[in-house]
Amino acid sequence: MTINTIGRHFREGGKNVIRNGWMTFASVSSIAISLLILGLFLILSLNVNYLSQQIEKQVEIKVFLQTNVNDETRTAIQSSIQAMPDISKLTYVSKEQGLVELRQRMGENGKAFLEGLDGENNPLNDAFTVEVKEPRQVAQTAEKIQALNDGKNPAPILRVSYGKGTVEQLFKITSIIRNIGLFLVACLALTAMFLISNTIKLTIMARNREIKIMKLVGATNGFIRWPFFIEGALLGIFGSILPVAALTYGYWELMNSVTLNTSVLMVKFKPFLEIVYPVAGLLIGIGLVIGIWGSTISVRKYLKV
Amino acid sequence: MIEMQDVWKTYPDGTHAVRGIDLKVNANEFVYVVGPSGAGKSTFMKMIYREERPTKGQIFVNGFNLEKLKPRKIPYVRRNIGVIFQDFRLLPKLTVYENIAFAMEAIEAPKKLIKKRTLEVLDLVGLKNKVASLPTQLSGGEQQRVAIARAIVNNPAVIIADEPTGNLDPETSWGIMNLLEEINYRGTTIIMATHNKEIVNTIRKRVIAIEKGVIVRDQARGDYGYDD
Repeated sequence: MTINTIGRHFREGGKNVIRNGWMTFASVSSIAISLLILGLFLILSLNVNYLSQQIEKQVEIKVFLQTNVNDETRTAIQSSIQAMPDISKLTYVSKEQGLVELRQRMGENGKAFLEGLDGENNPLNDAFTVEVKEPRQVAQTAEKIQALNDGKNPAPILRVSYGKGTVEQLFKITSIIRNIGLFLVACLALTAMFLISNTIKLTIMARNREIKIMKLVGATNGFIRWPFFIEGALLGIFGSILPVAALTYGYWELMNSVTLNTSVLMVKFKPFLEIVYPVAGLLIGIGLVIGIWGSTISVRKYLKV
Repeated sequence: MIEMQDVWKTYPDGTHAVRGIDLKVNANEFVYVVGPSGAGKSTFMKMIYREERPTKGQIFVNGFNLEKLKPRKIPYVRRNIGVIFQDFRLLPKLTVYENIAFAMEAIEAPKKLIKKRTLEVLDLVGLKNKVASLPTQLSGGEQQRVAIARAIVNNPAVIIADEPTGNLDPETSWGIMNLLEEINYRGTTIIMATHNKEIVNTIRKRVIAIEKGVIVRDQARGDYGYDD
């Protein structure tokens, strides 16, 4: 293939896009619409995932110490926990601090109830608050911490609590939500692929005469295929750039206009770039691949003359 | 130039279109193929440019054995054959010039040569003033001239014409025939299927009559021989 011919293929591919105006419009808009729907669901499911991650991150382990534990033992326990690989953050909450926090949390209602509990009367225990790197491993980590009691008499740890039961339930729900999202996105991606390749097939079917004539005048299969290949790629790119632009702009606007309300609810949108890259990548990728694939497959059918 | 040895063609639906044809056409001959509709004329023509393959037998075109040809090589055989149809088969969205140049682009001819040769054949078929027209803006006769120009632009050794005057009025038909004679005179073999009695009986050439897939008559300077 000469440079001249390659240039001709690109020119032809481009010209075909313009020449077949209505068919181009039909395929670009059907690509755009199916990818737009796919993109919407993708953004939705990415955000639901993000949300469930945020919720999972709030899972923490409370380690309450016996009241008679001295400073030395406490420090030993602290460094043992710190040494565990799954720990992301460890804070010591003394019983005095615990009381302050409790008062804060209960507010006016607890004022009378918590009266006179300072100093020697403090019923609370010294405690550690442990945050884990992988919330789903929280049960194992809690067990390991509990195991620090083994072989020690008296046992220094009173209780390890991480919301057993509730946490498992939470993870079950977030898993289901994630899987549903993944399933929906996969279904939509398949539908979009089918729709797009079908439209492109139609565009090319309308031109089987053209392919037949090319064959009759002695064009090689490669020569016939190239412009269609390029045309398919162009249709795919045009068809995917539109929804990517719309979704990017829409998401930007959404983030800017609703941030305030949501921060109160402790719900945040997934950061802009973390949405834009995967969505743009996936949509343009699908558009391009299906554009090329659809046109190549359809042309091949007519090349067998 | 063209040789068929005991060629048979049975379609998948069981139709026996061609049943044992032996034939030799020399370079520079002009051959009419006549016979009733459905006699196998079209199948016979299609096998020459390998749109159809025989079920049995051998076909040689311009030195190529079509039966031993690798699919990859088919385009190169077709470059020796120009094909003309009753319904012209031009590309509707390309101009006259582009329709013809297209056949040269398809075989990756140099750009300069494409322009020179395209204008040359347009001149030959008498449409030099219509280069920028679209096929839909032309009369039937003019469209057929464009199709002929496209068929000869790559200097093929053979022209296969399947009822080239079938859609044209008598006067236009004579014009097309003059053009084909001119092309034949310049050295191209022509095989033309036709139902036009008057043309066959006036411009006398070799006549092959096909009936029920068999050659029933092969005359030098023959006549049409049917009453339709």
